[in-house]
Amino acid sequence: MVIDYAFIWAAIIAFAILAYVILDGFDLGVGILFPAFKDKHDRDQMMNSVAPVWDGNETWLVLGGGGLLAVFPLAYATILPALYMPIILMLIGLIFRGVAFEYRWRTHRWRGVWDVAFAGGSIVAALMQGIALGALVQGIPVVNRAYAGGWWDWLTPFSIGTGVALVIGYGLLGATWLVFKTVGPLRLRAQQFAMSAAVLTVLAMGVFSLWTPWLKPHYLDRWFGFPTLIFSVIVPVLVLVCLYLIFKGLRDNQDWLPFVASLALFTLGFAGIGISFYPYMVPTALTIWDAAAPDSSLKFLLVGAVVLVPIILLYTGYAYWVFRGKINPEEGYH
Amino acid sequence: MFDNFDAVLLARAQFAFTVSFHIIFPAFSIGLASYLAVLNGLYLWTKKEVYYELFNFWKTIFAVAFGMGVVSGIVMAYQFGTNWSVFSDKAGPVIGPLMGYEVMTAFFLEAGFLGVMLFGRARVGPVLHFFATFMVAVGTLISATWILAVNSWMQTPAGFGMNDKGQFIPLDWWAVIFNPSFPYRLVHMVLAAYLTTALVVGGVGAWHLLRKTAPRRAGKMFSMAMGMVAIVAPIQIFAGDAHGLNTLEHQPVKIMAMEGHFDSHPDGAPLILFGIPDQQNQRVDYAVQIPKLSSLILKHDLNAPMAGLDTVPRELQPPVAVVFWSFRIMVGLGFAMLGLGLFSLWTRYRGTLTTNVWLHRLAVAMGPAGFVAVLAGWVTTEVGRQPYTVYGHLLTSQSHSAIEAPAVATSLILFIIVYFFVFGSGTFYLLRLMARLPRDPTPEIGDAPIRTAGIVPGVASPHRDGGHHGH
Ligand code: HDD
Ligand code: HEM
Ligand code: HEM
Repeated sequence: MVIDYAFIWAAIIAFAILAYVILDGFDLGVGILFPAFKDKHDRDQMMNSVAPVWDGNETWLVLGGGGLLAVFPLAYATILPALYMPIILMLIGLIFRGVAFEYRWRTHRWRGVWDVAFAGGSIVAALMQGIALGALVQGIPVVNRAYAGGWWDWLTPFSIGTGVALVIGYGLLGATWLVFKTVGPLRLRAQQFAMSAAVLTVLAMGVFSLWTPWLKPHYLDRWFGFPTLIFSVIVPVLVLVCLYLIFKGLRDNQDWLPFVASLALFTLGFAGIGISFYPYMVPTALTIWDAAAPDSSLKFLLVGAVVLVPIILLYTGYAYWVFRGKINPEEGYH
Repeated sequence: MFDNFDAVLLARAQFAFTVSFHIIFPAFSIGLASYLAVLNGLYLWTKKEVYYELFNFWKTIFAVAFGMGVVSGIVMAYQFGTNWSVFSDKAGPVIGPLMGYEVMTAFFLEAGFLGVMLFGRARVGPVLHFFATFMVAVGTLISATWILAVNSWMQTPAGFGMNDKGQFIPLDWWAVIFNPSFPYRLVHMVLAAYLTTALVVGGVGAWHLLRKTAPRRAGKMFSMAMGMVAIVAPIQIFAGDAHGLNTLEHQPVKIMAMEGHFDSHPDGAPLILFGIPDQQNQRVDYAVQIPKLSSLILKHDLNAPMAGLDTVPRELQPPVAVVFWSFRIMVGLGFAMLGLGLFSLWTRYRGTLTTNVWLHRLAVAMGPAGFVAVLAGWVTTEVGRQPYTVYGHLLTSQSHSAIEAPAVATSLILFIIVYFFVFGSGTFYLLRLMARLPRDPTPEIGDAPIRTAGIVPGVASPHRDGGHHGH
């Protein structure tokens, strides 16, 4: 049997991107909710709840990017120029929020500045990631192994819509994380945010699920052709189940449940995007196999990925375990 | 308004700008991570509190510098695609997997254990905490190894073939990774990071010794740092010389530019100490030179013939003046570091290491010298390999993305503003943290609650010094 390395790698990259979206999603979400909490003590706790893990979460983004360069260089070389401005702005957003984790504790007078940097950076990064996703779904013209569009092509109502939707979705992850990790009034506020964000997220998923198939005939085929049609029927049901579980957890004070259900919600949405894209890497210009590096590159890195990714998951899990439980409002890490 | 040439130039400016900022942080955090692991280990072993106090002092500084390294590094990882997409498409199959390994073996390791190292001592206990610190240090070294393999492959490519799509394809991974310049570059860069850190630690120690604030701790860090400089500086000069010989073999044109040799010398080339390279007219003005010494250094033979840039077509010559000067800055600083190390050895022998104010003044002045030497070294390396990105195979002018110049210009301006603002503030906080006395009785900067009780018996109170993390 011939092993299809490109296919395996598409699955691994998809996994890395999903891991990024749900992990950095909740710590970006905490930043997105920052402006709604004015009290310094609340903000300290919010930041402390993610301070020990955010760097690890963001590393999945580096794996997604570095991995793409390694195994799908042509996709990397066409997607990044096409999404030039959203990517640059995302990076700048990540710079501001990343340094805020340390700077915020090093100054009294400028704490307000770094609070804004943390919130603003998180919002901009989330918005740009959503816009990048939307622009990719719309499709990218590729001619002669290079991006063949202009530097403003990414900006459309659709991509702005996906951008805003992702900000709300990350807000949901952030709010349910805070419910999970905090106590007292902070947790109660977070509960309220979680409810509205959950409803809005599901609404947005509905809107974009109905919009996407009309962008390209390929998507229409994927959604309403067999066997993927089965998925198109099941997913909305599962989404509603997730929504129910989020509300159930919030009502019954089962604090882990809303967070886990939100992660599941994101996973469902991600699976939907995967189904639409397949077999394309850059819809509808490059398939997985068009974009793949030669087998010698794929094999070499696969050996490492098979051994290392489980180890990474183990010690990442350990790091989360070390900081398990509710944040003690009096304790704080900083 | 901008033509194609300008898009390349802007992309180069952007890459040079962002990578120059980035390398400053790794140069410091590689060395500091190892230093912290040593301090943590010494405390575990000897139970002397001074080590734990120093650990906490430098830990906060590390956290800030590391954060800046991370965010500036993520920019680098994406910049290959945004600005150098043709390069990415062609060289991706070879360099991509190496960078993938860097992420999987180094970045995750650093990030995973960083949280435990900074915030987790109370939760995991001293032994696991030491282990976490050690893992972070190992992570930074692994990261340096992979990224330098990548850079070295671009300098001295090996172990590859080309496919019908014009891509470099790996044929022999061993040869790709252990390409001819890699071992030299790895050793030289890691030593550079250790030197840079030792100079910073020494500078801070000396500053506090001069101010007589906390003589016990300042004296300890100063002594450790000067010992490091005294050992590493001579090794670095030796390593640099070996690196140069390797470069002569694989990138002779770069050496010609470093040496300012426009003319070929059939019977012994002079060592040009100073002069003003004039690339237009292919000569060095006002040259101060020692006859035949260059041949002696590079070929170990006074009369060995050496080819000059007159054997290289103009369009394949790197910008000589930049390479010539940056090389001299690096080497000059290298010898200054050697001088500092020797001076410290002499005072150590005389028993005046912690009292000689001239030594302390010199150490403060040399505090930033490592950063300057590192930047000068990279400029020599990178500018000296122009006009290629993959040496001898892919021209810089054929590597960039088909992006409109205004897009690159916009992002360049954004980066310049953001970097100066963000990293300027960060540098200010770093300096303030360094100036903070090791035993500072004033309340903390950033009044985050600190949990000290009951973790390390008897040492709780002395660590309430300014601004470090709880433990
Ligand atoms: C010799 C060392 C060295 C060199 C030449 C480079 N780096 Fe670097 N890099 C490191 C040594 C390092 C490090 C010590 O491992 C850092 C510094 C702080 C940190 O977080 O890790 C790092 C961080 C860092 C990160 C953030 C990792 C994270 O999320 O934790 C990325 C994505 C890169 N780098 C990528 C690059 C690229 C694309 C480079 C080439 C242009 C580059 N680095 C040059
Ligand atoms: C980290 C320290 C580094 C510094 C300070 C540095 C410096 C520079 C400078 C000054 C240039 C511009 C040269 C010119 O345009 O004349 C450049 C270009 C470049 N460097 Fe480096 N470099 C570093 C590391 C690396 C590494 C590790 C890589 C590869 C992984 C790399 C890849 C490149 C590429 C792709 C270019 C753009 C093409 C070019 O102009 O050559 N550099 N770098
Ligand atoms: C005084 C003796 C030194 C000599 C003879 C020397 C020699 C060299 C040479 C020949 C190169 C270019 C190699 C190439 O591009 O192929 C280089 C690069 C470099 N040097 Fe030095 N060097 C010296 C001191 C230092 C010091 C003191 C530092 C920093 C503390 C330093 C940091 C670097 C760095 C970061 C690079 C770029 C990376 C590399 O190519 O290794 N050097 N050095």
